[in-house]
Amino acid sequence: MGKSVREVRGQPNAPLITERPIDNGELKKPPKLPKKGFWKQVKNQKALILMSLPFVIWLIIFKYIPVGGWVMAFQNYKPQNGLFDQEWVALKHFKDLFNEPMFYRALENTLGMGILGLVFGTISAIIFALLLNELRLLHFKKFTQTVSYLPHFVSWVIGANIVITMLSQDGVINNLLMGIGIINEPIGFMANPDMFWGIVTVADVWKETGWNAIIYLAAMAGVDPQLYEAAKVDGASRIRQMWHITLPSIRPVIIVLLILSIGNLINIGFEKQMLLGNNIVAEKALVIDLYALDYGIGMFRYSFGTAIGIFKSVISIILIIICNQFAKRIGEGRVF
Amino acid sequence: MHNKKKKWTLFDIVLVLFMVFVLVITLYPFLNILAISLNNAVDTAKGGIHIWPREFTFANYTEIFGSNDRLLQAFLMSLLRTVVGTITGLIASTMLAYTLSRKDFVFNKVVGILLVMTMFISGGLIPDYMLIRHLGLINNFWVYILPMLLSAFNVIIIRSFMDNIPKALEESAKIDGANDFTIFTRIIVPLCLPVIATIALFLAVGQWNSWFDTYLYARANENLTTLQYELMKILDNSNISAGDITSGNAKVIADQTNPQSIKMAITIIATLPILLVYPFLQKYFVTGLTLGAVKS
Repeated sequence: MGKSVREVRGQPNAPLITERPIDNGELKKPPKLPKKGFWKQVKNQKALILMSLPFVIWLIIFKYIPVGGWVMAFQNYKPQNGLFDQEWVALKHFKDLFNEPMFYRALENTLGMGILGLVFGTISAIIFALLLNELRLLHFKKFTQTVSYLPHFVSWVIGANIVITMLSQDGVINNLLMGIGIINEPIGFMANPDMFWGIVTVADVWKETGWNAIIYLAAMAGVDPQLYEAAKVDGASRIRQMWHITLPSIRPVIIVLLILSIGNLINIGFEKQMLLGNNIVAEKALVIDLYALDYGIGMFRYSFGTAIGIFKSVISIILIIICNQFAKRIGEGRVF
Repeated sequence: MHNKKKKWTLFDIVLVLFMVFVLVITLYPFLNILAISLNNAVDTAKGGIHIWPREFTFANYTEIFGSNDRLLQAFLMSLLRTVVGTITGLIASTMLAYTLSRKDFVFNKVVGILLVMTMFISGGLIPDYMLIRHLGLINNFWVYILPMLLSAFNVIIIRSFMDNIPKALEESAKIDGANDFTIFTRIIVPLCLPVIATIALFLAVGQWNSWFDTYLYARANENLTTLQYELMKILDNSNISAGDITSGNAKVIADQTNPQSIKMAITIIATLPILLVYPFLQKYFVTGLTLGAVKS
């Protein structure tokens, strides 16, 4: 049947991408407009094609060719030769990677800071949104919210400068702690490896809480006011209303965002660690991306660095799939 | 608000106090850095500067804009890449978003999948670096613009906005004989100004704040240095050991100032443009983000 349609339109070789709807339509009523053939549609949509073509080419060059570059991980890649004119070594670099103690340290640091950031980032954003939502002075609320976005918009270079300045020997935190008599000597925050994860987490919370609260606040704005009226009639306090009405109402949003962030647990980046880290805390600041950067580019071990990147991508895709399945199971809808 | 009529309780007072606390921890660092940037560098070293300078001076700023060519150049380069990057990024993402918002576009599905896939897979640091090398973009201005041209997230936000524009507008224009490109520039773009403002803010902030591309791809070319990169360099030097702050910045040292105080002045200069822009676009990016999140 599809064949006859093609012949009717006099383009026997044209791929017929709209074949099914046409067939169905034909059973009920005679074909009206469909339904220009593929090439005719292409011709009519020249402008649209020209508008998207440069960006499709861009996507292929800047996003897909690098994925093709993954073959480097299975070679001893030397930049002076072509991509396929290389010595093939199969899984050697992956074996090297899994035998490298440094790699496990990088993995531990990445997941450690990733989990801390996820837990405290989510909790702080929800608490901030809940409390802001209860604030009565509307102008003050608006002002607080605007100010809370500021740290999000400044770079991590500035963020790191702020953290280092505040935590320095004569910085405000040490002055404050000494002023109220908790400590006698200034603490060298930035020179203590055991504090590094905590400092990164606190810096992250300081920078992103206001921004992350946006979506929770939007969800809270959609809660039916009648629920609160009913709760008030029953004599529920404000805190109990927050707990029994507001929180359950935004539960789906919380779960979707949590799932998305779990998928990104390994993609925590390296900016904070690179800018806040120093030689003294290096063992706690080394994350997977920094490891790939140091070994891959710094030591010209391109193939090894690519293998690190592939490992990261695979873990990330596995996490996303698991989370998506999990979301389906608990009935909050798939994330994508 | 569901509790407007009720009396003020202890709970309300605690809430206000908590928010004041949030405001203080958010704003104090910026005010502190502003005060240090306006204070005599030698005096700053004695400590004790909070939110008001003790020995007021503009020396740190005149150092950046007057005596130090490299910092002035870095400022201008940051400005240039922000302007060029925002304009090209806006053109690219709105155009692509428009073709994706057209359900009748023959390649709608293919292009859409190509775009969304990039949110889940990426080549990674090393393949990206090799690509930039092979494209000859190392130490080239366009390394600031081309790799950051498009982001799937931005395109999806714009497309969600376009989906809410009544199709009848496009159809009537089509009957009048307008082609797709004219419809895009004359009808769609003017209606999308709120979302365009949001994306312009995201792109401009991204460009202005970028430092890693300079570090990785352009540090050998002094002409391409940016404000964020210069700040990062001072930070890097001072963070490792307080005694060795002069390396690479020997020119900066003068009687009145030192890298530590210049660092604070750069921080303020790098923060100011952001502070002047984002509060006015707040309404747009909040709705833009919410819309994008709901759709995806």
